[in-house]
Amino acid sequence: MVALPDQAGTVTPWWRNRRLIPWLVQAAIGLVVLVVIAFLVGNLVRNLTAAGLLLSWGWLDNPSGFDIAETFLPFNAGLPYWRALLAGLVNTIRVVIAGLVGATLLGTLVGTASFSSNGLLRRLARVYVEVIRNIPLLLQLVFWYFVVFLSLPNGEQAIQLPGIVLAKSGLFLGRPELVNGVWQAPLRFTVEFGALLTGLVVYTAAFIAEVVRGGVASVPMGQWEAARSLGFSKLQTLKRIVLPQALRVIVPGLNSQYISLAKNSSLAVACGYTDLYSVAETTLNQTGRAVEVVLLLLGAYLVIDLVISALMNGLNHLVQIKER
Amino acid sequence: MTISFQRLRRELFATPLDGLISLVLIGVLLAAGSAFLKWMLFQAQWTVIQANSTLFALGRYPIDQQWRLWLLTTLLALATGTTWGLLRSGSTPRWPRNDLVAAVLLIALASAGTWALQLPFPIQLRWWLISAGLLVCRGVAGRFGSSLPLAVRRGAAVVWPVLYLVGMVLISGGLGLMPVPPSEWGGLLLTLLQSSFAILLCFPLGVLLALGRRSELPLLRWGSVVYIEFIRGAPLITLLFLGQNILGFLLPGGLAPDRVWRAAWVLTFFAAAYVAEAVRSGLAAVPSGQLEAARSLGLPLPQALIHVVLPQALRVALPATVGQFITLLQDTTLLSLIGLLDLLGTARTVMANPEFLGKSAEVYLILAVLFWCCCAALGLGSRALETRLNTLHTPVKA
Repeated sequence: MVALPDQAGTVTPWWRNRRLIPWLVQAAIGLVVLVVIAFLVGNLVRNLTAAGLLLSWGWLDNPSGFDIAETFLPFNAGLPYWRALLAGLVNTIRVVIAGLVGATLLGTLVGTASFSSNGLLRRLARVYVEVIRNIPLLLQLVFWYFVVFLSLPNGEQAIQLPGIVLAKSGLFLGRPELVNGVWQAPLRFTVEFGALLTGLVVYTAAFIAEVVRGGVASVPMGQWEAARSLGFSKLQTLKRIVLPQALRVIVPGLNSQYISLAKNSSLAVACGYTDLYSVAETTLNQTGRAVEVVLLLLGAYLVIDLVISALMNGLNHLVQIKER
Repeated sequence: MTISFQRLRRELFATPLDGLISLVLIGVLLAAGSAFLKWMLFQAQWTVIQANSTLFALGRYPIDQQWRLWLLTTLLALATGTTWGLLRSGSTPRWPRNDLVAAVLLIALASAGTWALQLPFPIQLRWWLISAGLLVCRGVAGRFGSSLPLAVRRGAAVVWPVLYLVGMVLISGGLGLMPVPPSEWGGLLLTLLQSSFAILLCFPLGVLLALGRRSELPLLRWGSVVYIEFIRGAPLITLLFLGQNILGFLLPGGLAPDRVWRAAWVLTFFAAAYVAEAVRSGLAAVPSGQLEAARSLGLPLPQALIHVVLPQALRVALPATVGQFITLLQDTTLLSLIGLLDLLGTARTVMANPEFLGKSAEVYLILAVLFWCCCAALGLGSRALETRLNTLHTPVKA
């Protein structure tokens, strides 16, 4: 870089050159980062070589040797590790989808309840949000599993509704019947799934309620009043005037709540549900393949996050008000 | 507050539908409330808490070294009382209503809390003395604080970082004290240590990352973006898992920190990414004219950021940042999943004891109350700070 003479004929020293300095700073930072990364990777390679665990993916084809209690895809201990991880991933996706639907419904309900003309309902909605948000999710999950779901009665004492039976052995749907003291039905969900789903739904709904409340509150009162004075009914006002404006605010907020729900589903291991993380942990304990397992885990959750983001961005595009 | 029938009627029975909803809700609440009370008073067995209170508080911290923690608690109480008094010095009345409420709460906690836990008398006495010391310091500092020079009052804040370092030495040992390895820290002690460590460190890291993300230097900007998005894309448990299982491979043999410290660093780096996003939203709220004005007045970039931009940005970012701290406090429960004995981890070991099998409802309820109080207190503190820092006198959202 050539130093430029200034008005008085003196030369600006290079260390005050406004174009040069940023590049020097960046080069220095880049060098430090590179050296640190090289150091870490060097150690990694050396330590992994010493342990005989150099990066490879062949072990994924070895038989896993462990069983998974609840799977959507057929699975047994003789199948390879990649099938086990896939079964875990499918379990994760299953609980995430169910959780998204449940949390959205409950959250919207609680969020709209905070606009009710009934003072008791309004306050209860606030209490719900404040209680749930200030208690750790993990604590709530173990509470649902160990205190609520595991103390459900079994056999004939099970909670029976038409077409539904809730017992310690699970939730049975579609004409459950008692065979030798054991409930059987075409559709069965385990209590582990039930506890995880309940915990995730109850927790995320509190946050979604806040998003919904904020969205509806962001529409000025004048919009309600104007619509009502034009002769719209209350329901019409909500549907045609308020919701389209509120959704612009709600959808981006929902996006981040949905992503946290997906990430939080990794706490499944606390209530005995075999999700992706739980299978990965077992796999690591059996094979010692730490680096590969962590890479797979991070990659899988990243893909789930990206898919949710992409879907929500599409939705966001739909609900944005197009000006010309 | 007087309850007027008109108000009740308007709130609960405005329309027939509202009346129906109210009646159903009142019925459900009464049934649930009475069932809960019955359980709490007659069925629940609180001995599981009473018998293990030390374990919940400290984990397996060696008994003959516990005097160090008593000393630390005393120092913390005295420092809290003095700071509280100095903040209130010169206010009239000397004990505003909020302070009176806080004092009464403290006395109630020191007497009813120690009684409910059925602590032995010497321990109860210690808690009473510590609470009394706190209140005396509050009174003395509040009474005479205003006659102290301003420099002394401002300088008193230095007590806290010093106390933090003293606390670390007292807890972990060294400098002539018997070392207590981190594997023996547990319960509430570990939870508070992990969260305070991570909160203190993640904040400056987060501010740097947020500045980096808004920097004009592409390398800095992209580096920050990649880091923040990578961390935010991964569940915390997978990162803790990474810390426990891979950190040992990344560092030369023997250099890798203890399991407890590994978790503390992972929590710190995790929270920093979220704090960075909170601070970034604050930075975005500061008009770019502020930085340009500061620069054209001749302030170098670092000074312009420190004196002009950051004070405004951090004030805007305060609620979101404290929200992240609250999340961080809650996230420390995840340590129990990687085998550390934090509050929840300790609870699980207690419940694995055959003597206390099936007492999980009591234990989880107490933990929930404890966490709820801590998180709600942080939230209240953040709102109070927000009002205090609100120099523009705009209405603060509740």
